[in-house]
Parts: sequence; C-alpha cells; structure tokens
Amino acid sequence: MSEAVLVSTTVNGDVVEFACPTDEVLLDSLRDRVGLTGVKEGCGTGDCGACSITLDGQLVCSCLVLGVEADGRDITTVEGLTEDGELHPLQQKFIDHAALQCGVCTPGFLVAAKALLDRNPNPTETEIRYALAGNLCRCTGYDKIVRAVQASAKELNKARR
Amino acid sequence: MAKEQGIGAAVKRKEDLRFITGSGRYTDDLNQPGQLYAAFLRSPYARADILDIRSEEAEALEGVVAVLTGVQMAEDGLGDLPCGWQVKQKDGSDMVSAPHPPLAVQAVNYVGEPYGIVVADSIATALQAAELVTTEFRELDPIVDLVLATDSERIHADVARNLAYDWELGDAEATDAAMQRAAHVTRIEITNNRLIPNAMEPRAALGIYEAATEEHTLYTTSQNPHLERLVLSAFVQIAPEHKLRVIAPDVGGGFGSKIFIYAEETAVLWAARRVGRPVKWTASRSEAFLADAHGRDHLTTVELGLDAQNNFVALRVSTRANLGAYLSTFGSSVPTYLYGTLMAGQYRTPNIHVEVSGVYTNTSPVDAYRGAGRPEATYVVERVVETAARELGVDPADLRRKNMIPPDAFPYETPVALVYDTGNYEASLDKALALADYVAIAERKAEAAGRGKRRGIGLACYIEACGLAPSKLAIALGAGVGLYESGEIRVNPTGNVTVFTGSHSHGQGHETTFAQVVADRLGVEFDAVEVVHGDTGRVEFGLGTYGSRSIAVGGSALCRAADKIIAKGSRIAAHMLEAELEDIDFADGQFQVRDSNRSLSLGEVAFASYVPADYPEDLEPGLSEKAFYDPENFTYPAGTHIAEVEVDVDTGVVELVSFIAVDDFGHVINPMIVEGQVHGGVVQGVGQALLEHGIYDDQGQLQTGSYMDYCMPRADDVPDLVVDATVTPCPHNPLGVKGCGEAGAIGAPAAVINAVVDALGTNDISMPATPEKVWRALQG
Repeated sequence: MSEAVLVSTTVNGDVVEFACPTDEVLLDSLRDRVGLTGVKEGCGTGDCGACSITLDGQLVCSCLVLGVEADGRDITTVEGLTEDGELHPLQQKFIDHAALQCGVCTPGFLVAAKALLDRNPNPTETEIRYALAGNLCRCTGYDKIVRAVQASAKELNKARR
Repeated sequence: MAKEQGIGAAVKRKEDLRFITGSGRYTDDLNQPGQLYAAFLRSPYARADILDIRSEEAEALEGVVAVLTGVQMAEDGLGDLPCGWQVKQKDGSDMVSAPHPPLAVQAVNYVGEPYGIVVADSIATALQAAELVTTEFRELDPIVDLVLATDSERIHADVARNLAYDWELGDAEATDAAMQRAAHVTRIEITNNRLIPNAMEPRAALGIYEAATEEHTLYTTSQNPHLERLVLSAFVQIAPEHKLRVIAPDVGGGFGSKIFIYAEETAVLWAARRVGRPVKWTASRSEAFLADAHGRDHLTTVELGLDAQNNFVALRVSTRANLGAYLSTFGSSVPTYLYGTLMAGQYRTPNIHVEVSGVYTNTSPVDAYRGAGRPEATYVVERVVETAARELGVDPADLRRKNMIPPDAFPYETPVALVYDTGNYEASLDKALALADYVAIAERKAEAAGRGKRRGIGLACYIEACGLAPSKLAIALGAGVGLYESGEIRVNPTGNVTVFTGSHSHGQGHETTFAQVVADRLGVEFDAVEVVHGDTGRVEFGLGTYGSRSIAVGGSALCRAADKIIAKGSRIAAHMLEAELEDIDFADGQFQVRDSNRSLSLGEVAFASYVPADYPEDLEPGLSEKAFYDPENFTYPAGTHIAEVEVDVDTGVVELVSFIAVDDFGHVINPMIVEGQVHGGVVQGVGQALLEHGIYDDQGQLQTGSYMDYCMPRADDVPDLVVDATVTPCPHNPLGVKGCGEAGAIGAPAAVINAVVDALGTNDISMPATPEKVWRALQG
C-alpha cells in the first residue's frame, strides 16, 4: 500500500476531503471514498468512457486521473447533473427516448453529452456522434442516445431564448 | 384503467430514473462489512501442465488472507462445471465432455484459465500477491488452429481427435441425391468470426457465508440466478439449494455471456466460506476479454442446389465449430440445435442436411452470444442465396421471394426438425424493399461512382427460433433442464401489485414491459405494479433470460397467473355481490355482475381476501397466484434487413450508409423498448460484419485483449437506423408475442456483407470486412 495524501476537492458543489493513496485512480476514490458509484469502470484504460467526469469543466476519464490530482479541483459526476431534485434536460430526454438499456455506460454518456452541449449548444448529428465516440455502449446502438442529445439541445436552446 | 400504459404503449421505462442519476445498484456497487477482495491466478499459457505452485511469499505479504488453489477446492469436494446440453453424435453415442474443474488442478488449457484465487484486504494487495505466487508450468504445444485440431495431440486425455461431437441433422441421402439432380449448385466457404461479448459491466461476484446458519449468498452478474443456484448446488455441490441464495441485482448487459456458470463466481463463494468473511471480485476488462465465453467461430462449407427454374432443391452444410478448451454451460447446443435447425431459413428448400464437428482448442470456451447459432445459420443461408443469385444473374430479392414459404403454408414443417407456426415473409421483404427504395439502387450506385465510391446493397431474410423452449422437446434433444418460466402475481391488501418473474432483466426493461402486461391484464394502474426479478430468495424459480425468451415464456407465465387471480377474484366477488360465479365478468379492473350496476374493484376484492369477513366458506384467504408456463413450440420471429454501404476505393473503408430492419415480432408490448432492442442487435451485427474479431496467435495468446485491439462499434460507425414491422401474431402463446432481443444481431451480418459483396463485385470477403481486407480485394 502506497502512502496516503489528504485530498480536498469539490465534488458536485460539495467540498470533500479524503485520504488517498498516491497510486489510486480518481475513479476508485469517487466510488470507494466519496461513495459516488455512478462512475463505472468499463475498461480502466480510457477507451470506454463509462467513468467520464468533468474536472474543472474538462471532460476526462476518471480512470486515467490519479485521486491526488483532484486536490483543489472542481469535479462534476452524473450525480451532480440533478439540481434541486430537478433532472437535467439530458436526463429527462434519456428517459423520454429510452436512450439507455442496462445503464452502465449511461452516466458517462450523460456527462460527455453535457460537456458537448456546454461548448457547442447546436451540434449537428455528425458532431454528436463524433463527440460521443469516446463512450462505448453495447446495448442501444447509439441511435436513441443521439436522438436524446438532439432533443436536449433543442430544449436547452429554447430555455436560453 | 390505464390503457395508455398497457400493452402496445410506448411507456417510459421504470428502471431509468435510477440509472440516469447514478443510483443503479450493480454487483460492484455493493459492499459488505469486513469484506475481502479476490484476484485470480491465471494461466499465461494456452496449454501447460501445472507442476508446482509456491505461494509462501504471497501469503507472507501484509493483508493477504489466503491463497487457494484448485487442489484445495477439490479437497473440499467441489465438483466440475457441467455442460448443460448433452448432444448425441451421428452414431448415437453421447458427446465427449472433458472434465472442467472450476479452478484448474493438473493442467491449464487456455490463456487466462484460473487455477487459484488470492484473497486479501484490498484489490491492490490481492493483485500484488498474485504476482508473488510462483507457478512452475510445463509448456505444451497449444492446439489453436480449428482445422488442424482434429489431427493434433489430445488436449484432454479422454477426447480423441479433440472432437466433442460429430453431429448431423436432416436426410443426408435425399440431400445428396437432390444435389446431384440440381441444374445449378452454388458452393461457398464461410468463416464466422470469433466475437468477444463485451457487456459494458464486467462480470463480478460478492460471496457471503454465515457460519451460524450455513447460509451462502452470492451476488453476481447473472442472466439466470436460479440456474446458477441449481448448478452450484446440484453439480458443483458448493451448498444445498435451500442454503444458497443467488442474487443478480442490476446487471449491466449480458448478450449471453452472463448465462454461464463460471469458475470465478464459484471460487469467490467458496473462498468466502473458507476464510469466513465476504469476498468480492470484479473482472478487469482484460479478464473479461480472456475469460468470458466467446461467441461464433465457425468454418463452414455450404452448397445450395437449384433446379432450372431457380427453385432451391437442396442445401448441404458442413461446419466445424470451435468450442474452446472446455464445454461451457450451453456451448454444445449453440452450433447444433440452435444452428442446424435454422437452415431452412425462410425458404421451402425440401432437402437439407447439416453436419457439425464440435472441436476443442486451447482457446477460451465458446458459448451463446446474442443470437447464438441463429446468426451463424442466417449467415450461411443468406450468403449462399446471395451468391447463387449473382452466379445466375438474377435479382437477389426475386430469388428469395420465389423460394419463400408462402403465408398459407403454415404451420410449416421444415426438413430440419422445426415446425414454423406462422409468418408472412414476403410482407416484410416488400416493406423493407420499399423503405430501401430498392428499385432506384442503380441510380445511387452511379451517383456514388461519380464521387469515386462503390455503393452496394445487401439483403438478409432471416428467421430465428426463440421463446426457448418447449421443455419436453428440449430435454429430448439433450437439455439438462426444462425451459418453462415461472411467474407470480401478488395483489397486496391495498390493491397494488407485486409481480415476481423468473426472467431476468439486464437492460431489456422487463420492469416496464412486464408491468405493462400485468397492468393491462388486471386493469390496474401501471404505477401500481412492481416487478421483482433476479433473487432466488424472493422469486420461487426461473430459467432466466436468453434466446429472446422473456416475454414469450416469462410474459406468458404472468398471463396465466393473472388468469388465476381473476378466477379467484371472481369467486370472492360472486360471494360478496351475492351473484352466481357464471354471472361475474372481469374487465378494466372491475368484477361486475353481468347486466347490472353491481361491481367490485380488484382492490376491494383483494382487501376482502385478506380481511375475509364476508367471504366464501371453502376458499383460502389471500390473493396471490403463481404459474409455470411451458411453451408448446418455439416462436419464430422473422424479417428482412437491408444494408447499404459505400466503399472508399482508395482506403478500403466501408461506410454503412443506411440500415433498414423490418421485423415480425408478433404483437409488441412496448414499441419503444422493442425498437431499442433492434437497434442494439443491429449494431452488434454491424460490429461483427465490419469491426470485431477475436484473434489468437499460433501460441494461443489472445491478440485482441483490449479495446485498442478489439474494435467495438462506436457512435460514429453507424447511421440512423430505420426500424419497421409487420405482424403475424404467435398463435400459441397468450400474448401473441415472439421475442425481439436477437433479431438485429441475426440479420445484420449477412445484410452488411452482402452489401459489401455487391459493392465490390467479389465473393471473396470475410468478416470483419476491415479496410485492409476490402482494399486487398479491390486490388484483385
């Protein structure tokens, strides 16, 4: 067991402190120390996107970030998409379109889709497909996920106007 | 009454709120106080004898609790992992099944085969300790090549020629004679590429043992927890059934790979008992690639004979199926009864003979993967039909149409042991051709040629046998279990309903679909129905989910249970309403005295049944009923899939431009869920056709053991998918349903490859049609 370092970070708006071994990846810190199990390990090598989070607004695979690197940073996970009990439009549209089946890849898709819409509120279908190409889904064939993201973009844009 | 949320409605899924908020509870999300973690000792060699295992150094590492091996497991009296389907060979003898200890004892036979388990207080320590175990192997030459395997050394001492079985179906003599008389014979050789399932949730297990009560609990990623309990109890003998509870909580996809009873889950539960503390294991993706059962991997020669009028007169199929190093739970049945039986396809071919050699190799066991035998059969039939059309210079759609079983021919007995119950194949073909604008393909090809692209279109007219399975027939063919399903409906005293099903949902949305069925049948609100599945401690029995069986068999069981609820409720209502039983009608959740305004709701009747004051003398209290439904036949979903591709002649890249699926699933409970099932299946099929290939090198090392090497379909690999339907209701189950889970994976590979062949004008292309292969084919 490597030595542990005290990490202080903001997760979904809450300041969180935990003792983190220096060789532990952030994915494990979030799951095992912070208790947020929405992040999933699909591969551990950054190829599947199931562990996607944003770190200071940047979309990253939490399996490729060390827990200690989160010190002083701002993290958003799928659990942070809901505000005051209200689902984020992406979450609602994922339900409306049945854009998920087994649910394991879903938290990663939601976080990745939010990162896309934050930087590009009007993505084309091709842009959506490219932006989500870092996330693997074995169940849906992606069709309904793309539809849900398109519908979310529409709704978010309507709300902005 | 909630008809808008009943049968046929696109109801939003009950399960989704927990998944989109990150609050799903999958096995790896669960923890127990004092739990330990497991890592497996796995073979680095494809074939070797185990000479010595030295674990002193590992055991001395701080935090290590135990290093256990197959020797200790055998000493504890645990049995082998059985193969659940006994296939009879051509000569009537039983297949040859080699012993499969959960943890290898004397020899290892594929890379990644587990032979020991390390238990420690953290995952990191368990992995580190596993590295410290020194195992002395005697390396042996691995048998990897499927063709050479039957002329190689024996992998298992008792298996001559490494042949598990030599099996056949159909009339060989009649087929040979008809082939002789044929005016034209089309012959092709086909490779069906090995696939690695890759559910996004890797397998996991959490074993718990209570010494005081001798209760064993196994949380695990299973598609069929009751079958897991049955096998672990009856065969592996880890614990008696009544002291063993298997729970499959939220499970993240299966596609067949989580049907099987594996070594690791078994070892975790055993280790938990040995060390007296809960033990948890979650596979890494590398472990999933190495040690999940793989799919497909066939080599086939097929000949189609046609008469001078282009009628199919004979089909002869010879297949060599790779079964891997051991016979997995259902591994023997997939290339036989789930494959050979489908060789008639949608056609009235009168003479069919299929023979299959099931071969052991030093590779990961091969078993059911989405479609399981039926994609392989469809690929054989639809590739040879396509090739025949090209050889004869006739339109591939016309040749198919000419030979289809007509709608008035049902029930139709095929020459390969099935009786198709109903269908209208031409209707799906016509609809798909119209959606594809098939008549205008020449213009689109010309337009693409102007851009330097080669465009092609390909059809697959598939059929599958689903709704596994009539128990007597399955058992007569070698199945070790019946294949009925259980369902139980409890109307609670306050009128809401708890439903228990032996099916298991791992993405299919049963909590929604089954609630729709029960809400519809009992006339209660959809939200008043909760579906429980996946726990042997709560659900009486079940056979689980695979073979697109859940709605056809599990849904039918719930219909039967609902009928019993209505029957008992009617007796209670007749008593309370002082009417004759014959005069009670049930509709929309109300028991009504015919031609009167006197009625009671299901809720009122339920309350009376639990507070039986005004109640029939001879009736038990309570309103809870269960049913076991055993289907009388398979169901036969069928349809036409059409793929259109463009090939870049400079790079060999195949772009899938459009995909149209027209499927006949009979009645549909939730069209939104069914569409999603088709989408997912199609993209897995597209993956097989264009991207995915599990490859071993000649030393039996897996060359495609990560997502960098095994190419999974991603969002930018596929276009919008067009899904439509035709309907011929299944005539022999109460819902008229057929099952939809596998159709996409069954039809898509043949459709896509036929399109590539059309674009290239060559037959010589094998799956996956990677840019390299396509580019080489283009160089002629």
